[in-house]
Amino acid sequence: MPLLKKRKKRDAEIPSASMADIAFLLLIFFLVTTTINADKGIYMQLPPKLDEQVPPEINQRNLLNVLVAADGQVLVDNEVIQISQIRDVVKRFITNNGREPQFSVSPDKAVVSFKTKRGLSYDNYIGVLDEIKSAYNELRNEEAQREFGRTYGEYKARLATDPDTGEREADVVAEKYPLKISLAEPDDD
Amino acid sequence: MSAHFKKKSSNTSQEIPTASMPDIIFMLLIFFMVTTVLRETELLVNVSIPQAEAVEKIDQKRLIQYIYIGPEKLESGVGDPAVQVNDALVRDLPDIRQLMFARLRDEPSTITSLRVDRSVETGLLYDVQQELREAEALRVNYSTSREAD
Repeated sequence: MPLLKKRKKRDAEIPSASMADIAFLLLIFFLVTTTINADKGIYMQLPPKLDEQVPPEINQRNLLNVLVAADGQVLVDNEVIQISQIRDVVKRFITNNGREPQFSVSPDKAVVSFKTKRGLSYDNYIGVLDEIKSAYNELRNEEAQREFGRTYGEYKARLATDPDTGEREADVVAEKYPLKISLAEPDDD
Repeated sequence: MSAHFKKKSSNTSQEIPTASMPDIIFMLLIFFMVTTVLRETELLVNVSIPQAEAVEKIDQKRLIQYIYIGPEKLESGVGDPAVQVNDALVRDLPDIRQLMFARLRDEPSTITSLRVDRSVETGLLYDVQQELREAEALRVNYSTSREAD
């Protein structure tokens, strides 16, 4: 077979078979070191500095005083109640719309004042704050279900953003039930 | 004649094409490289955060400034509650004000995430919060884990 020419083929390419292995190795490294979970928690706004703050005049009926003693006992408007009852009382207070004389006139005027003694453990602090926050969340959820047929979270995620100005569409549910939790000045004792 | 014995085989390839494999892997790799945060601060205090139901997620990791409050880790067990900002303990609480001032200058919409041990008394928390108010770092987040249903 003289016609069959022996041709030595020089491979000019970089061998790329191991490329996938190298990438895999790096991938595994980043998989192991990564922490995706974003921080979760109860978001609050602290009151501004004392000296520049003019104490706003709030009608007593629009203010719900939640006071937690050092042993975890809860006083709402000077009445002792259980932690599990807080949510209902706060909801009744917000959605009162002027019916009962000791509760708020309208949801956008209602303010929940949250105050604890210094000796209270953080666990209880969060427990009570969580109940108050949950009351607002439930009201917003109910409102979003009624008006738009979905939960508040879904409704909020669907709010359109204006492409020109970058402003978001108004959140009417949050406007109806504005989150007004006031972290009051702590007592000295 | 020899063609007669040739095995009939279909033209379709039996193998899964693997040429795009590196691309796929690279794509995943880049995703994890972008989302990863390598330097976790070493905790000098014990923090076991409480559980809550009404929790929200904070998506922008860049905005978060952590403050840890919990019993100090000692060689002989745990000590008194202490405050840690970044990677050092803060002995003098007014120092927090300076730290937060500097932080807010860089990132005005900083959210301070308070990771507080459940046993800590709220008195210490209030003292820290007073400093935050002085620094006008008013956006805070009480870090909690979601209650298991």
